[in-house]
This record gives sequence, C-alpha cells and structure tokens, in this order.
Amino acid sequence: MIFAVISGFISAAILPIFSRFNKNLVPKLYPFIPLGIFIYLASYLHKVNTEGAQFWSYTWIPSFGINLDFRLDGLSLLFGLLITGIGTLVFFYTSYYLKEDKYLDRFYGYLTMFMAAMLGLVISDNLIVLFIFWELTSISSFFLIGYKNDDPSSRKSALTALGVTGFGGLILLAGLIWIGFLGGDFSFTELLNSSEIIKNHESYTWIIILVFIGAFTKSAQFPFHFWLPGAMKAPTPVSTYLHSATMVKAGIYLLARFTPLLGGTDSWNWTLMIVGGITMLYAAIHSLFRTDLKSILAYSTISALGILVFLLGVGTEDALLAAGIFILTHALYKATLFLITGIIDHETGTREVTSLGGLQRVMKPVAVAGYLAALSSAGVPLFLGFISKEIMYEASFHYGKWAILLTAALVITKIILFVAGFWVGVKPFTGSLPDEHQSAKMPSPLLWIPPVLLASLCLLFGVFPGILDRFMQAVFTSILPGAPEIHLAIWHGFNWVLVLSIVTLILGTALYLGLKPSQILREKVKAFDRVAPIQLIENIALGFQKFAEKWTGFFQNGYLRNYVITILLFLTVLAGYRIYDGVDVHLDWSQISEITPSEFLVVVLMVTSIFFAMITKTRTGVIVALGIIGLANCLFFLYYSAPDLAMTQFSIDTLTVLLFMLVLFQLPKNRSFSTNKIRIRDGLLSLMFGSMIAILALEVFEAPSYTEVSDYYAENAYLLAKGKNVVNVILVDFRGIDTLVETIVLVIAAIGVFSLLNLKLNPNKKT
Amino acid sequence: MELLLIFIIGLLHAAGIYMLLRRSMFKMIIGLILLGNGVNLLIFVLGRLVKGKPPVIDEASNVFTEIYADPVPQALILTAIVIGFGLQSFAIILIKRVYKVLETDDLDELNSTDEEI
Repeated sequence: MIFAVISGFISAAILPIFSRFNKNLVPKLYPFIPLGIFIYLASYLHKVNTEGAQFWSYTWIPSFGINLDFRLDGLSLLFGLLITGIGTLVFFYTSYYLKEDKYLDRFYGYLTMFMAAMLGLVISDNLIVLFIFWELTSISSFFLIGYKNDDPSSRKSALTALGVTGFGGLILLAGLIWIGFLGGDFSFTELLNSSEIIKNHESYTWIIILVFIGAFTKSAQFPFHFWLPGAMKAPTPVSTYLHSATMVKAGIYLLARFTPLLGGTDSWNWTLMIVGGITMLYAAIHSLFRTDLKSILAYSTISALGILVFLLGVGTEDALLAAGIFILTHALYKATLFLITGIIDHETGTREVTSLGGLQRVMKPVAVAGYLAALSSAGVPLFLGFISKEIMYEASFHYGKWAILLTAALVITKIILFVAGFWVGVKPFTGSLPDEHQSAKMPSPLLWIPPVLLASLCLLFGVFPGILDRFMQAVFTSILPGAPEIHLAIWHGFNWVLVLSIVTLILGTALYLGLKPSQILREKVKAFDRVAPIQLIENIALGFQKFAEKWTGFFQNGYLRNYVITILLFLTVLAGYRIYDGVDVHLDWSQISEITPSEFLVVVLMVTSIFFAMITKTRTGVIVALGIIGLANCLFFLYYSAPDLAMTQFSIDTLTVLLFMLVLFQLPKNRSFSTNKIRIRDGLLSLMFGSMIAILALEVFEAPSYTEVSDYYAENAYLLAKGKNVVNVILVDFRGIDTLVETIVLVIAAIGVFSLLNLKLNPNKKT
Repeated sequence: MELLLIFIIGLLHAAGIYMLLRRSMFKMIIGLILLGNGVNLLIFVLGRLVKGKPPVIDEASNVFTEIYADPVPQALILTAIVIGFGLQSFAIILIKRVYKVLETDDLDELNSTDEEI
C-alpha cells in the first residue's frame, strides 16, 4: 500500500530527469500510473465489501505516535477509486488537451504529486499523516492553479487558494493535535474508542470549530468559498480533477470521516446544516448570474459541496447514506461537465454560454455525454442523480420539526442546479450553430472518450443501482458504524418524495426555458459584489498590508541609532521598573574599601577626561583624553591586584592611540550635527542607562559572591597545570581553546584592516 | 572606593551611549571605546576588589595560603581588552575608508545601499 501512495511522489520526482531524454514519451506513460493504482485499489473492492476495513502500518516516528498507518474502508476506497479513476481519465485527456504545451512534463509532475497526496489523505489512519497529505494537496494545487504563471490573475488566484486552504490547514492541525491529546492517540481507529471522552470534554466546542474551519476552507463553504471560482483560472483538466472530483471533497471526506468520532451532537449537526444550507443556496443562486461555463460550474460545485455538508449535518441514517451516494453522483456528472467544457473551449475558443449553441452537429459523442450528465445532475429517473436526490429528500422530509424548511431549501437548490447543469450540458449543443463556430471540429478520441465513459456510468448506475449495493453499504458503514442494510432501487413507490422530485423537474424545466443566461443579469447584481466575502477579505488583506508597512516604516526606519535608542529605552524602562519594584539597595559598609589619596586623584583624572573627550572639538584632544582614560583604567587594575590586566591594558591603550594618530588626518573631523533638542533627549537616555547600570552594579555587589569556579582554578593551577600565575593558566591552559579562537578573531580583524587599507575598487577614483 | 568606581562605571556607560548616538562617525568610535572601558571596569569591580594580592601563587608553595584576587574576571577582562582592540582598530579603519570614499562623516547621509566606489 505504501508503494501505491508514494509511487506518485517518486514518479513526480524522477520526471525531470526522465523527460530530458524523451519529451514525447511522458504524456503517453504517465496516465498509466493512476490506472495502475486504480486497478490495485479495485482489487480490494471485494475484500473491503465483505471483510470491512483493511489496515497497513509502517513505523515512522514512534516516539511521537506518528506512524504511516493506512486504513482502507468503504469511504477511503470510494475516494481512492474516484481519485485514481477520474485521475486516469484526466491524465489521458490532458495528454491531448495540453499537447502543444511546452511544460507538459512539469504539469504531469504537479498532477501526479497531487494525486499521490490526495490518495495519501484519504487512506491515512494517522491524524498527523493525514494533515501532512492535506497540506501537500494545498501546495500541489497551488502549482496547478498557477500553472499559467505568466498570467497575473492566474498567479493571484493560486495565491488566494493557497492562502485560504493553507490557513485552514494550519487551523485544522491545531484541532487534530488537540483531538490526539484528548484521545491519547493519533491513530484514528484507536481514537474511535475515546469518542465519548472527546465529546464530553469541555474543549469539544473548540475542537469542532477548528476542524470545521479546516474542512470549510478546503471544501469552499461560505464564507470561505471565494477561492474556488478564482481557481478556475487553472487549465480545465485541473478544474475537473481538483475542483470537482477530488480536492474540494477533501473537506467533505474529513467531515464524513470524523462523523463517527465527533459527530452526533447538536453543535456539530446544526453548524453543518446552517453553513451547508447557506452555501448551497447562496452558491446556487450565484450560478444563475454567470455566463462563463466554468463559472457556472464553479458555483454549482460549491452548491453541491454545500449540499454534502448539509446532509452530513442532518446526520440521520438517510442523510448520511445520501451523502455517500451523492459524493459519487456528483463526481461523475460534474467531472463530465467540466471535461466537455474543456472540449468546447478547445474547439471553439470560447466558454461564453450566450454565444454557444448547436454544437451537437459537429461533436455528437460530446453532446451525448453532456446530455447524460445534465440529466443525472437534474435527477431525472433512470440516472444515478435521481437515486441520490430521492434519498436526500427522504432524509430532509423526515427530519421532524424543521422538515419543511430544510426540504424547501434542498428543493430550491436542486431546481437551480438543474438549470445550471442544463446550461452547461445541454445549451451549448442544442439550437442553431452560430456562424463564428462553424469551423469547430470533432475532437480527438482522447478528449471525448473520458466524458462519455463517465456519463455512461451515471446512466449505468442509475438503471442498475443494485451493483452499487454492497459497495455503498461499506461506505455507509464507515460513516455510520453499525448502519442498517440498504438496497438501492429506482422505484420507491408513490409518496411525497416522488411528488417533490416531480415538482423539481417541472419547475427546473420551466426555469430553464424561461431564464436565459445573459450578461445583463450579471451586471444587475454587480452592486452586491461590494459586500461579497472575497471583497471583505481583500480589504482586510490590503489594510493589513498597509498597517504592516506603517509599522515596519516606523520601527525599521534605517537609522542605526534609532534602533539603539529603542532597545536601550525598553531595557532601561523594564529593568528600571524591576529595580524600583523589587529591589532595595543598602550597602554593607564593612565590604567597602577605603579611598586613598592616590586613587582619588586617578578618579578625578578619569572623570575630567571623560568630560573632556565629550566636549572637546579637536580630534587630537579626544585621542589624548581616551589615552588617559585607558591609563587610568590601567592604574585601577594595578591598585587592585591585576598586574596582567594592567600590562595588557597599557600596551593596548598605547597601540590604540598610535593607530589613531597614524590615520588621524584621514579621519573625519570631530563635528557636531545634532540639534540641542536631540542632544537633551540622548543625554537623558544615556543618563538613565548609566544610572541603571550603576544601580545594577550596586545590587550585584550586595549579593553574595560564589567563587567555586575561581577556587577550582586557583587550587589546581599549579597542581594540574604547573603554572603559578592563575590568570595566565586559565587563559593558556584551562581555557586554551577559547584563547586560540580569540586569536583567530584577532587575525580576522587584522585581515579586515589590512584589506580595507589596500582595497582599490575603482582604480579611476583617487583613494 | 567601590562606590566611586561604580560611579565611574555609570559615567562611562552614559558617556559611551551618548557618543554612540551622535551623527558624527568620529564620535561614534569614541562612544565605542568609552563603552568598552566601562564594561571592562564593570566586570572588574563585580569580581570584588582585593588590594595587593594578585592571583599568583607564592614561590614557595603549591597552593594559595592566604586571600587572593579572583582570577576569573581578570581572565575575562584580559580577553575583552584584546578583542576590544580588534574591534576598535577595525572600526577606525572602516570609518577612515568610508569617509574617503563617500566624503561625508554624517551617518544620516549614508542612506544608500549601492554606492559607486
């Protein structure tokens, strides 16, 4: 199993090497990867149907409880087959659709990577592994949406999609980790046992909010739906694959997968019902105002995702079963519609539904596929869509108190989706062929066979729903453990649900005949765009960017001393507050040594030099003052038992003064630039900082001193290192390596000085 | 005496920071040197002052027999003095170079990243 998952990644990785040898071979070979995995997965069909879930486990990071656990049950298998099955068709389709494309190999690389990530997502049993695959789908879809990277709007859409889904993914991660901690395990199968613990925990609400945000962003639920229409900038095969059949359903998968673990509570059900309900209605109505085939499909897809979320929210047996079947139904007809949209675009060069018509004369098989898909989407009897719609109505109709409201919402959505499906699947093929499209030709079989195959499946499963019985049972059981036995049938008898179905069909037909897609409609609702979520989010993003610019401009203004001021001010204020708050300094006078006259003289000398160095205008004066300060320091060292320091300080001080003097006339003048105001500000800050250091020093002085380290060195200096000058021994023996490194630092400084002196960058300019 | 030294330490720090905040490059170096001296003295004083007892073991014995000045701060400061010299000399030469190339010593005028040199 692990090979099936990672084979996609491997083949995506070796692709660049591979395609260098033979560019034409790639499109011919790559479709066989999903096909192979499809066959492999299909071989488990019988096993899963009869024996239940299959498990594989590979140790990865056992210390964190993260293992490559895979679990293949009905739900995973349904998704796995959709991913690889539709994947195979899309791969074949692409090999012709993007035949002329220069970067076809790159495209296949992204697509294969995406397929592998998606497959990993649906079969992983470990929450963290699931998250990793989840983010991999976001990342690979970023590349696919932005595939036409020379188009700015395409780049923007890719970024939006990545932003929204990536953001959701991170929030989901928080939720998953939380679940893992509460349940004590990251393995989903293990967690099922602690379902009650999690549900009754006080943070349950937070967990489901996190999980919901993850699922809603991925599955384009209101108010995060806006990235999906933008993502339609991608080449049509990508839209087919990612945005109808697989990736956007990852959120649905997650919710369905978590239903046995987290579901069944009021907060779970009502949130899903409300969000799903709003999404399905909102998006369905939106789709009526579009004229671009792909836009119509985008909104009808969002609406269908809304229906799925809604059904998971209703949560009754019928509803969950309907959700399972609708996942399959929708994937089949929506992928077909997307594929034929691609063909229309490819052959006529337009996707504008208003200017299309009569194409059935030139591309009969495509038209047939379109009709079949549209009928399935409409839920006409003998199609799979009919069966899923029946069960859906059944579910909402028996919900109890709110049944009428819920059913009404579903019926309205279904009516509108009926129209949307017909606009895409029927409208371009019927009527008269406009003059400008007379040149349209029959496309290559590689293009039309995939949609025809998918569309005929809609019909096949619709006429003989019995074939799906056992598989759907397995799917149903994995969403609802202990599900009752089901029998899918075309005929449910005369009842209210059938009436509703008929009403849907009649009203849908009426609406289709009465309402023509047009630009005018679109213009009319433009005014509402201002309050659309995408606009709000964009404004927030812009505002945030402006704020960030201001913020950065204020703090990162490029003046080094402003940084120094900020740092010192914070340090002084914080430390000052601490000193003020919790420290009282009282001196132990017995520790303080006396002042001898000679020392006092040095102190006076030093203070005078410091002030002189600050005030004097001549450079020589400053250097002399600095020299005196250094020498005074040297005397302090000498008075208080540090002969080595005194010696070093003396020689270094001399060297510094010498160096200064050598380059004195090449140095800038000792000038003043600042205004008095700034001087006072800096002076105050410096005084504050100086006092703080002094007070800190006093405080340290107060504290007892620990001399273990010094004692160790002192005692062992001769015994171990055979030296009597302890400071020396520390430097060259105990800490010998440090001193060596210090020498290296000096060498580096010397090299720097030397090269700065000799550097001649521009020989023309006098240096 | 410690109090006087601490006063000087505070003064050196304040003067160092004040000079570091000036716009003139020359003054900046002075600030750097003053600050370096201040820090060295700070470490020295915090290691406690002991008069006339350097951390050198008597000729006759193998270990200390009486009180001695703490050797660890001294070792630290010795390193700091030397490294400080490396830093100062590099800064002096760098500023000399910058002044020569750009012909300004006002830090506020050093505001372009790509200068033709």
